[in-house]
Amino acid sequence: MTVRFKGKAPSRRAFLKGTLASTAGAIAGAGAASAATPDPLITEKQSWAMGTGDGVDATPYGLPIQYEGDVIRRNVEWLTADTISSINFSPIHALDGTITPQGCAFERHHSGAIELKKEDYRLMINGLVDQELIFTYEDLERFPRVNKTFFLECAANTGMEWAGAQLNGAQFTHGMIHNMEYTGVSLRTLLEEAGLGKAGDLKDKWIYVEGADASSNGRSIPMEKALDDVMIAFKANGEALRKEHGYPVRLVVPGWEGNMWVKWLRRIEVTDQAVESREETSKYTDTLENGTSRKWTWVMDAKSVVTSPSPQSPIKHGHGPLVITGLAWSGRGAITRVDVSKDGGKTWETARLANPGQPMALTRFYLDTTWTGEEMLLQSRAMDETGYVQPTKHMLREVRGENSIYHNNCIQTWWVKANGEAENVEVS
Amino acid sequence: MSKYRNLLIGTAIAAFAAMPAAAGQFGLGRAALPEEVAAWDHDISPDGTGLPVGSGSVEDGEMVFSENCAICHGEFAEGVDNWPKLAGGMDTLDRKDPLKTVGSYWPYLSTTYDYVRRSMPFGAAQTMSDDDVYAIVAYILYSNDLVEDDFVLSNENFLEVQMPNAEGFIVDDREESEKHFWTEPCMENCKEHEVKITMRAAVLDVTPDHGGEDMAEEAAAEPAAEPAKEEAAAEPAKEEAKQEAALDPALVEAGEKVFKKCKSCHQVGDGAKNKTGPQLNHVMGRVLGAEDGFKYSKTMKEMGEAGTVWNDETMHAFLTKPKDFVSKTKMSFAGLKSDEDIAAVIAYLKSHSQ
Repeated sequence: MTVRFKGKAPSRRAFLKGTLASTAGAIAGAGAASAATPDPLITEKQSWAMGTGDGVDATPYGLPIQYEGDVIRRNVEWLTADTISSINFSPIHALDGTITPQGCAFERHHSGAIELKKEDYRLMINGLVDQELIFTYEDLERFPRVNKTFFLECAANTGMEWAGAQLNGAQFTHGMIHNMEYTGVSLRTLLEEAGLGKAGDLKDKWIYVEGADASSNGRSIPMEKALDDVMIAFKANGEALRKEHGYPVRLVVPGWEGNMWVKWLRRIEVTDQAVESREETSKYTDTLENGTSRKWTWVMDAKSVVTSPSPQSPIKHGHGPLVITGLAWSGRGAITRVDVSKDGGKTWETARLANPGQPMALTRFYLDTTWTGEEMLLQSRAMDETGYVQPTKHMLREVRGENSIYHNNCIQTWWVKANGEAENVEVS
Repeated sequence: MSKYRNLLIGTAIAAFAAMPAAAGQFGLGRAALPEEVAAWDHDISPDGTGLPVGSGSVEDGEMVFSENCAICHGEFAEGVDNWPKLAGGMDTLDRKDPLKTVGSYWPYLSTTYDYVRRSMPFGAAQTMSDDDVYAIVAYILYSNDLVEDDFVLSNENFLEVQMPNAEGFIVDDREESEKHFWTEPCMENCKEHEVKITMRAAVLDVTPDHGGEDMAEEAAAEPAAEPAKEEAAAEPAKEEAKQEAALDPALVEAGEKVFKKCKSCHQVGDGAKNKTGPQLNHVMGRVLGAEDGFKYSKTMKEMGEAGTVWNDETMHAFLTKPKDFVSKTKMSFAGLKSDEDIAAVIAYLKSHSQ
């Protein structure tokens, strides 16, 4: 389905309203504050300290507490013709750590999220294999199992920002991403079970994978990758995949664009050529300035974004200690370093990685700093283990122009103002 | 090719050699039957592998397209609203905002056949005959001025069709063309000029409301308000119960499930709006083709004007085979197979018609 990457006409009225409203957070002086009057939350007995809360039978499966009701997936209505074939965004501005809870991990469907029972699930392996096979869900559970954590990023993440700063929030500019711990079976194990003798020389062979939904979202993957680290996953973050992420079984293609992670996986065919399906020709190809398009741009380049402060997560406290935090990832391997700039890329300081980078998984970074109300042009810049350095938008445009739609991994700038609010901007 | 990539390939090839020769180490799964493979293996490759025997003309395609595709893609494949345009856009790929259509962008015709056959029409995928798919593909080619109006496309001449952008693609070359992104990053005095803001998202103002902080209070308040609403609703509910006496709640519930098939085009319930299909609140008891602001087929309109009303009988006939009941209806849905499903959907629609 068409995803539109152009904005509507600017509305000056709405913009003015936005600026005049909300002077977020009173700015207090530096140093430990002193209270003039005792805090009634402490001096008065509170209802929750006197009565009782919910029993253990109140919530057999829990959702976040009501006060976190704004930490949800959101969609951008004007992007697509219909929500059935559309995308929403993970609330990365409000999350911390690296694991994305399934319930707020972004969704992208081409024919809607279908409901497919485990009992009705079948996986076919056919084509150039020694024995064409059918597996049930139960069969899959009997193969040796693996557990791995990977990010999934849609190739169109940040795609609306090619021509300029457009969407005002990390959720919308960078939220087509999630990171989960998958449990499943190595694809290699299944291919070996079917036998690859008939395929002959594997170097020029492919697999074609498709889903059980109406879109089927077929994609071709080179055999080299298929035998390297691709997984057939049935659990994410310890529990069954959610319907919207392909229950009961999806493909996991570490480091490669999300569209290849076929949901409701029903068939794997070993072939001697790429099928050149709709999703790998008309979509997910990157048109350069001269009109030529790159195809097979599978790997996701190293990328990072400051998740807080950011437009949806302004600074609401006073001057003094400030935690700047964000996410970094690379489809080529582990993140080795993240630098942060407060002056729009003139000077950089190296942030602290919460944990050593893991290959093709999200890495959380922190810059523990002091803020005294100065404006900042906040940026982050990721480096991965291959030595790749996340480029500026200018550098990307020099090579690719502005029509690529996909694979925009540019350095993002948030303009943090004196009142703590932040806005998505582009800088010289 | 970078060292890193060589390393990867090296590892993978070494791993090839380690592969056990014999298949079926675990003995799990069962052999796929030829009928099963035939039922699912429908992919078609650029060299024509997988194309079914058959043919379809531009002339037939115009009719099939109009009935099945035009509601989203336009009568001339020019696209409606935000739905994909399938025709036009020639010579726009090197301009700002290129128009990528089957004619201007798609490198292989096999992709069009493959995609239409497996995924279209939206909401009724895999319902068209192979010949109809040939006809639709022929019509899309015609809409792009790539064939004449007397053209007939078949598996025989399929590969003879020249796609304008066939040579327009290169394989991912980032490791060469973007080699300078592998570098030692600058830490100080990295920009000689003064850093200025050149563009602001707030000026464009296309971000949806409810983007975060401003929503926090409202969102938090909502769940708390929920029980109150239920209490308030308790009394009128009695009144409704009387009116709905004839409706079996289990059937309505079953209907809601079946209605999922309709949801890609139709909305019903609070705030339902016309989408690809008309909104369906109060559809039962209404004359055909009467929803304001929806562009119905001529036939549907005429039946309504002649006084045909949506009731158990008419809705049942329509949902069994839409095109038999309202010839030329724009609804591309093939129909519900089971009478129970139809009865359930009717009950569900009735529950929204009181």
